[in-house]
Amino acid sequence: MKQIEMAVIGAGPAGLGAAVEAAGHGVRVVVFDENNKPGGQLFKQIHKFFGSKEHLAGIRGFRIGAELLAQAAELDIDVKLGAVVYGLFSDRQIGIVHQGVKRLYQAEAILLATGAAENTLSFPGSTLPGVMSAGAAQTMANVHRVLPGKKVLMVGTGNVGLIVAYQLLQAGARVVALVDAAPRLGGYAVHAAKLRRAGVPLRLRHTIVEVRGKETVERAVVAEVDENFNPIKGSDEILSVDTVCLAVGLSPLTELAWMGGCRFKYLPGLGGHIPVHNQNMLTTSPGIYIAGDIAGVEEASTALEEGRLAGTAIAERLGYLSFEQAKVKKEAIRSRLDQLRTGPFGAKRKSLKETLVKEWI
Amino acid sequence: MVTGKDTGYSGTGRPSARRMESGPVAVIECIEEIPCNPCEGACPVGAIQVGQPLTNLPKLSEHKCTGCGICIAACPGLAIFNIDLSRGDETAIVAMPYEYLPLPKEGAAVTVTDRDGQPVGRGLVHSVKRMEKYDNTAIVSVEVKKELADIVRSIKEGEDGTEETNLPLRRDY
Ligand SMILES: Cc1cc2nc3c(=O)[nH]c(=O)nc-3n(C[C@H](O)[C@H](O)[C@H](O)COP(=O)(O)OP(=O)(O)OC[C@H]3O[C@@H](n4cnc5c(N)ncnc54)[C@H](O)[C@@H]3O)c2cc1C
Ligand code: SF4
Ligand code: SF4
Repeated sequence: MKQIEMAVIGAGPAGLGAAVEAAGHGVRVVVFDENNKPGGQLFKQIHKFFGSKEHLAGIRGFRIGAELLAQAAELDIDVKLGAVVYGLFSDRQIGIVHQGVKRLYQAEAILLATGAAENTLSFPGSTLPGVMSAGAAQTMANVHRVLPGKKVLMVGTGNVGLIVAYQLLQAGARVVALVDAAPRLGGYAVHAAKLRRAGVPLRLRHTIVEVRGKETVERAVVAEVDENFNPIKGSDEILSVDTVCLAVGLSPLTELAWMGGCRFKYLPGLGGHIPVHNQNMLTTSPGIYIAGDIAGVEEASTALEEGRLAGTAIAERLGYLSFEQAKVKKEAIRSRLDQLRTGPFGAKRKSLKETLVKEWI
Repeated sequence: MVTGKDTGYSGTGRPSARRMESGPVAVIECIEEIPCNPCEGACPVGAIQVGQPLTNLPKLSEHKCTGCGICIAACPGLAIFNIDLSRGDETAIVAMPYEYLPLPKEGAAVTVTDRDGQPVGRGLVHSVKRMEKYDNTAIVSVEVKKELADIVRSIKEGEDGTEETNLPLRRDY
């Protein structure tokens, strides 16, 4: 069994942010990610981010990812790719399968930054090739440069649905429509405005009922829904599409936190069961920290800041920062997080996050 | 369905008609309180103010604004345009962020569309600006009939790039 100081699981913005922060203070960090490329969601995100300068606003997501990787390389952070963490055992032992070989590590501090998985929907025809998650379509288009289809129906008008629909337009697909069962747009109006300017219909109070096709998607049936989200009879409409993308929310990937004995709270507004954590991102299990979407689904910018917060707290825990030094740094990061959690979208998340912190004692 | 023919947004990001008549000026159509402020930092003359909290809507100081267009490419929401009504009685220039390929060609006639992507007429591509700091957001300016200046917010390119325009436009570029 190998001993390490700080283990980071997940090389997305949260994990990389924490690794860079902690390593910058002298902590020896090992990062594990199951993918063959680090960066988590960032490398699919070809759009410019919101926020302020401190949050790297106006910069395209993949450039933020590249910058984080460059910093990680400069700090000699050991990033192990193709490394699936399959278990978290007593005394902070972690089980890993790395390039086919099983290994056990023991860490003084662990950061779980595993992100979230996309939710799915089932309906007749939902198993036909051509029905996929929005994130999958985004990976195909932006990372592998393969157009998933030519005529796309997007289900969901949250930021993921809006952004991916726009990116599919940029990639050369036609987005036939976006549907959302809710009466209101889920994401930002400025993202929706880009689609509207391109003439893409956004249909609220509509859902997907069925997908038809012999071997792949050929048509999608959409219908209007009533207040209880049940399709209204006779409102069916058949759209000719070859791809159906589902952007119906994300659920935190919390298996390792369950194994680690962390206490949870169910908060649907943050994506489901979330590990309770304190202001330092510490869970109820000693030495196990969380950051990013696992700590409540938000955004890449909040994930990065939470990672930095956890990285600072871990550096303090391991004795690389004094209480006073850490305090100043943590305060600065928390105030940047607060800035991101304002306004009609952010304020709700902020109060939910505060609920989590209150539960921790 | 989200439609509705809005003719424009009111609010703190909108210059007066008088200011538009005096030359190009930014028109900020950012209407929702999101935590964001790159526009503020990008403006070289400090004509845009967001301040704290970050969710404040951007406020334009129309007399400071020189119409340089830098904020158009800096806005991640692609929510800023420039309008120039100073060209006389017939046409106006609308500058917009554009992130599709191929880019339109300068001098080409294009279909111009409104905020809902509906065609509202024809226009001439006046300029296509790309700069490294724009990071692949081009700024496309189109010349349109003056009464369309506050309606046109996008273009549709087709095979009709060479088609004759039905607008009374000067081809002076
Ligand atoms: C389509 C889309 C568009 C988005 N647009 C924006 C946007 O415009 N602005 C914004 O701020 N945010 C945006 N977000 C949200 C943002 O991507 C996420 O909030 C952010 O990536 C979360 O960061 P993270 O580090 O927590 O997780 P991730 O980026 O998901 O990274 C987690 C990593 O952990 C790895 N992992 C998980 N489990 C294991 C395991 N057991 N072993 C090893 N590795 C593991 C995963 O493979 C992944 O690489 C978007 C998200 C999506 C899906
Ligand atoms: S057009 Fe130029 S001067 Fe005017 S607000 Fe934008 S950046 Fe500032
Ligand atoms: S940069 Fe764009 S989206 Fe952000 S506040 Fe300014 S106008 Fe709004």
